[in-house]
Amino acid sequence: MDMPAKAKQFPLPSSLKVVPGTEAAQAAYPYYTQFEPGDDERFWFYNSMHFPEPMSAFDMVTAEAAYCALGSANTRVHCLPTTLGIDHRIINGRVYIGGNAVTEPAEIARRLGEFKQRAFYYYANWERLYEQWRVKMMALINAAQALPKPHLPEFEPLANVHAGLGVAANHTLLDTYQKTLEGYFRMWHHHFEFLLLGYGAYLTFFDFCKKAFPEITDQTIARMVAGIEAEIFRPDDELRRLARCAVELGVDAHFGQQLSATELMDTLRTDGEAGRAWLAELEVSRHPWFNINVGDGFYHYHRAWNDDLSMPFASLPDYITRVKDGESLKRPVEKLLEERKQLIEDYRELLATEEERAAYDQMITLAHRVFPYVEGHKFYCEHWYTNLFFNKIREFGALLAEHKFFASAEDVFQLTHYELKSAIIDLMTAWSNGSPPRGPARWPQIVAERRAAIAEWAKHETPPALGVVPDVIDDPAIVMLWGITRESLDAWLDTGEDSDPNELKGFAACRGVVEGPARIVKSVDEISRLQKGDILVCQVTNPTWAPIFGKIAAAVSDIGGSMSHAAIVAREYGLPAVVGTGNGTSRIKDGQRIRVDGGRGIVTLL
Amino acid sequence: MIGWFAELGLADRPQVGGKGGSLGELARAGIAVPPGFVVKTAAFERFLAATEAEAPLRALVAAVDSEDLAAVTTLSRQLRARLEAAPLPEDLAEAIGRAYGTLNGTRQAAVAVRSSATTEDAADASFAGLQDTYLWVQSLAQTLDKVRSCWGSLYSVESITYRRRHGFAERDVAMAVVVQTMVDARTAGVMFTRSPLTGDRSVMAIEGSWGLGSAVVGGEVTPDRWVIGKITGEISVREISDKQILHVPRSEGGIESIAVGEAERRLACMSDAELDALRLIGRKVERHYGRPQDIEWAVERHSGAILLLQSRPETVWSSREATPVDRPAADPSLHVLKIFGGQNR
Repeated sequence: MDMPAKAKQFPLPSSLKVVPGTEAAQAAYPYYTQFEPGDDERFWFYNSMHFPEPMSAFDMVTAEAAYCALGSANTRVHCLPTTLGIDHRIINGRVYIGGNAVTEPAEIARRLGEFKQRAFYYYANWERLYEQWRVKMMALINAAQALPKPHLPEFEPLANVHAGLGVAANHTLLDTYQKTLEGYFRMWHHHFEFLLLGYGAYLTFFDFCKKAFPEITDQTIARMVAGIEAEIFRPDDELRRLARCAVELGVDAHFGQQLSATELMDTLRTDGEAGRAWLAELEVSRHPWFNINVGDGFYHYHRAWNDDLSMPFASLPDYITRVKDGESLKRPVEKLLEERKQLIEDYRELLATEEERAAYDQMITLAHRVFPYVEGHKFYCEHWYTNLFFNKIREFGALLAEHKFFASAEDVFQLTHYELKSAIIDLMTAWSNGSPPRGPARWPQIVAERRAAIAEWAKHETPPALGVVPDVIDDPAIVMLWGITRESLDAWLDTGEDSDPNELKGFAACRGVVEGPARIVKSVDEISRLQKGDILVCQVTNPTWAPIFGKIAAAVSDIGGSMSHAAIVAREYGLPAVVGTGNGTSRIKDGQRIRVDGGRGIVTLL
Repeated sequence: MIGWFAELGLADRPQVGGKGGSLGELARAGIAVPPGFVVKTAAFERFLAATEAEAPLRALVAAVDSEDLAAVTTLSRQLRARLEAAPLPEDLAEAIGRAYGTLNGTRQAAVAVRSSATTEDAADASFAGLQDTYLWVQSLAQTLDKVRSCWGSLYSVESITYRRRHGFAERDVAMAVVVQTMVDARTAGVMFTRSPLTGDRSVMAIEGSWGLGSAVVGGEVTPDRWVIGKITGEISVREISDKQILHVPRSEGGIESIAVGEAERRLACMSDAELDALRLIGRKVERHYGRPQDIEWAVERHSGAILLLQSRPETVWSSREATPVDRPAADPSLHVLKIFGGQNR
């Protein structure tokens, strides 16, 4: 055909339409998250890394709280010279985000002065501030755990009356809800207190390595920096420990019998001392290490292992078999540390001058200093705290369902946090007055409509990016967190014309070449479809999927950089992986045979 | 007049030439090389003295106009013919014969006879390839002939011109000759212990093809190519080419080019384990010399042993003025401004 070559450009936000029939559900999202005409001037990309599925109205609080905190850390607290915060917009349940660069040299210089007084103080006092962070974070977790379960008695307990409490149970509902919401916003501030500074220090070392060793792979740099004993490995380490315990206690035979988690625990409870001893060990592991969820914690249905033991239990039979085959399943921490040390020394030796070695030493020291936070915060923030938060909201859902606002407690997540507050006040008022609440007549229909909208949105592909591609992406947050660079955007735009139609390119996350059937997993619920030897193809892999990493042959993701947790865990398990392919989940068909070359970052459709 | 590899090192280069010194140095460092000996420059001097007793030779070279190609060509032809026809002094022929016998034992194994000039392989003058190498030399008689041919190659048109242009004095120029067991190579090739593309010292580039290395060195085949992490062993580039020809020994001596079998053409000529073994050898050599190397290697057909045929300093990137990647900062935190300060990005 004689068509002129189409300019490579993503669609404008204004050209992206709300799916017909879902307009009301779209309108539920706050006004400040709706696209507006001026947004056509800017560049946006779909944050499928954190929000790979359409977001329900309530879950959107995660985007709001996280960008509020990220932005304030960048813009106002540490005053990053070249970037402010990240704006977010929602359409068809999809979260698009756009960076806010500072380009005016005088303004950059002014912010630089501020940055040095703030960020440099953090770098210089990192250990002390991080220790303080742990204390703060644990206090926040404890406070969340101490919040009462929402409850409305018929009569105020006599004890409260005699104590002269002066407030009634309905007020406690509001108090608890507001504290729950406040705690979540606060948690995200803690989350970003160190994160960008940490990534920046890491990226400084990364850039040095890329200059000194132009052909070094990202994963090698990551291996020099990555911690060996990060909290994120602990839940899986605990599973391995439990597998060893099962064998040592002689209760391992129960695990291969396809029992549900509840049946299994009942069986062990009646299996004498050994069974009870194993259950005691389970409790040790569960608190806190099973406060890890099966996703990134950004969706209410990313349930924690503690809430659904079937996920961690599913990997026990395999681990038990390996223990019986003589494997210790212990991560060789000493050896890994020694290897990391050797790797750093070997690269150091290759540098040309003592001056370069001195600079290298400064940068790797700084990277090691900051990295425990970068790796460790996730367990406390995205997992532990987020689980507490969604479970508390679930309790409100149960209370509202009890009062006929909803058919089930889970329906609560179809309301925005503003709407939920209104529903709670509706219930509070009704309880006060002795009149029936208005909610039961209002919410069930809205919930049904929104559930239908999410199901509809999930069927539609959404563009990976919108608007005009900038010449350079100079936002350290976007480069580090999303692995998005000018080059990766060009690759996204370049779908098939000049490239091999059977090939997808991404970041080489973990080397190894594997062929096998692709299993497209678009949501956490589908994990159970994975069979041994399958190649996992997903939008974003998650470190808490680690137990299934023992089962699959390779992993491919749409988004993520070489420092994403998926990449780290894949390397840990020696699992070939290619991350950041852009559109693997839409180009690869379920069941199709593919080849994953994790060393080169290439996926081939066979 | 004869030196065995194990007795030699780089310091002996004035007597054994660059190639001989390098092979000796490698052997001493514990790197496997095909066994052999060097006919030292003293032998050349003795031979040349005997020849010059009849008529001057070096003076003719010193006098020729190096810009006059016709004159150089005529002179080269005359001198080479003279040297190849001149009888070897008897003690010299005997010494080489003894060493040849020791090397080969009772077998009539083929040897490589390689020029090893004293000016060759110096880091400052990339003099590679200007002198002759004879492969698959089958007998003592042929070996003695080829030793003289090597000496004669010091007077090739290219060598004369090169020496004259660089102002090397004729009296300082001498030629040693390496005689070593021929490797029946299943696969052979070259290895740079840094990236030829970027100069990156953390990777090695390996090129190899089926058969003798001459097909790769001479550019007659597109070799398989790998880039491998020097430290990690990670193979980041893996290009398996369509290898159409290979060099094999000819029954009457020398080598010939034949077609690669259909089944082998697109097969990788090295396994990952072999590549890794080669990487470790390359690292050892580079560490021994303290600088990046340009290496020729071969995999012995029957034993699978990896042998080095040559190693010389890499000259292209080493000669460039490198700007330091970075300097230490007064406050280490300042480094992060490269990311956050809008600098260098």
